[in-house]
Amino acid sequence: MTSVPGKKIKAEVKNLNFYYTSVHALKIISLDIPEKQVTAFIGPSGCGKTTYLRCFNRMHDLYHGNRYEGEIVLHPDNVNIVSAQVDPIEVRMRISMVFQKPNPFPKSIYENVAYGLRVRGTVKKGVLDEKVEQALRGAALWDETRDRLDSLAFNLSGGQQQRLCIARALATDPEIILFDEPTSALDPLATARIEELVTELKERVTIIIVTHNMQQAARVSDTTAFLYMGELIEYGPTKQIFTNPDKKQTDDYITGRFG
Amino acid sequence: MADRQVEQIRDLISRHKRWDSIFAVIGLLSMLVGILTLLALFIQLFIDGMPRFHADFFTSFPSRRAEHAGILSAWVGTVLVMLVTAFAAVPLGVASAVYLEEYARKNWLTAIIEINVTNLAGVPSIVYGLLALGLFVYTFRLGQSILSAGLTLALLILPVVIVATREAIRAVPGSIREAAYALGATKWQTVRDHVLPYSTGGILTGVIIGLSRAIGETAPIITIGALTFIAFLPHSPFTPEFPFVSFQWLLDPFTVMPIQMFNWTSRPEEAFQHNAAAAGVILLLMTLAMNGIAIYLRSRIRSRLKW
Repeated sequence: MTSVPGKKIKAEVKNLNFYYTSVHALKIISLDIPEKQVTAFIGPSGCGKTTYLRCFNRMHDLYHGNRYEGEIVLHPDNVNIVSAQVDPIEVRMRISMVFQKPNPFPKSIYENVAYGLRVRGTVKKGVLDEKVEQALRGAALWDETRDRLDSLAFNLSGGQQQRLCIARALATDPEIILFDEPTSALDPLATARIEELVTELKERVTIIIVTHNMQQAARVSDTTAFLYMGELIEYGPTKQIFTNPDKKQTDDYITGRFG
Repeated sequence: MADRQVEQIRDLISRHKRWDSIFAVIGLLSMLVGILTLLALFIQLFIDGMPRFHADFFTSFPSRRAEHAGILSAWVGTVLVMLVTAFAAVPLGVASAVYLEEYARKNWLTAIIEINVTNLAGVPSIVYGLLALGLFVYTFRLGQSILSAGLTLALLILPVVIVATREAIRAVPGSIREAAYALGATKWQTVRDHVLPYSTGGILTGVIIGLSRAIGETAPIITIGALTFIAFLPHSPFTPEFPFVSFQWLLDPFTVMPIQMFNWTSRPEEAFQHNAAAAGVILLLMTLAMNGIAIYLRSRIRSRLKW
């Protein structure tokens, strides 16, 4: 089963294969990403979930010797974003990413959020100010930072830094935001805030989240994909995956028998 | 039985600790050899040069009479040559390093270039002098000028600048680059907005280490034909008429501090030895000042970076 019935589709993955030089890292993966929902990728370390996520914004193109096969078709304009004819920069302008460890730039809070806009050529102070405020509000960080937008991002706590990275990803109005284990470097309290935020954000934007924390997948996602050894084992509504999975492997993983 | 074992352990520890103290003493002595020698040298130079430290020394041209001789043409020459060196070596070195680190594919060709850049740092400076004599002085007809000298020294320190810049660029974490790329930045935007600003401290350190080496170089400058006795200044870079700047000085003959020192030490009269010592102290202070600036700038820039 690769699709979830009755939901609008934002992206369709069709027979996706991915190779690191000679390693076949992702094997014939097909699934649909529903629009304005949270899709979680789960699986044990090394199963390919992060590799998979990084196909969506062509991060693999930064390193030599990586190769995609198959398609990720982005709706509504039906562009295959892993095609060699599509510029990876165009893809990254539409799909933004939040990384595993908070990675703010060593610049001010304001400049961190504004950078994506500056890359797109926005220079008007009024426009930047407005967008920065919107993004910080969207990332639930405005109240904490409104009085110190000029202070360095490193002065924020780890959880605040990660929310800043979310604001940075949000500022450019992306169609999809990719989260790569966004809470693995954070304490439980900061983790809870990020999860709350992810749930809020899905009103506005399609979200794909990679997590090694199954409770997190169960809490925040609407659909879940279970990957193992580069293959998609099972994909379906989160509730079903966690309560009544079709495959034995999925059951073994979510009940903690391996992984 | 247990008591004896404890005794043995204590014995063992005290024997091991003896080696600790022995090594600490050896290390301290080794360090003192270096530091005390340098200090003694500096003090000796300072005492020898003492009688010559007054304003006239800096504002007088060299003279046949030691007590009237000064370092005006030498320090002006050194400053101007260093300017040319910095202006040539920094853009060339930084651009090469950025290309090698961020743009070039890692293959056997870049590996060979990499090894050769490192090897170039070890080429004796006189070889650069000979190269420059043929290339800048004769082929390009730049003459025995400040420009030729500056370009020669720029070639000499280019490997230092490239290696230091590459290291500084490599110290910028991959996660920062990925953050920029993920926002849709191009390679050039990433380099201009992130990689270069965050590695400025390391680049500056490399540039200044290179310049500190260049400031004391004598052999290549003599090879291209710097004068050893010069009683006039190059043209001024500033003019009273439009366009107010002039580059005439680039093609003027010149001398530099180490050549002036060399000239004085080869004189038989003792008074000239004092001049040489005084000039040596000034040259050392110039180098120390440059290093001081490098350390200051580096710590200022690094205090903003935490990763």
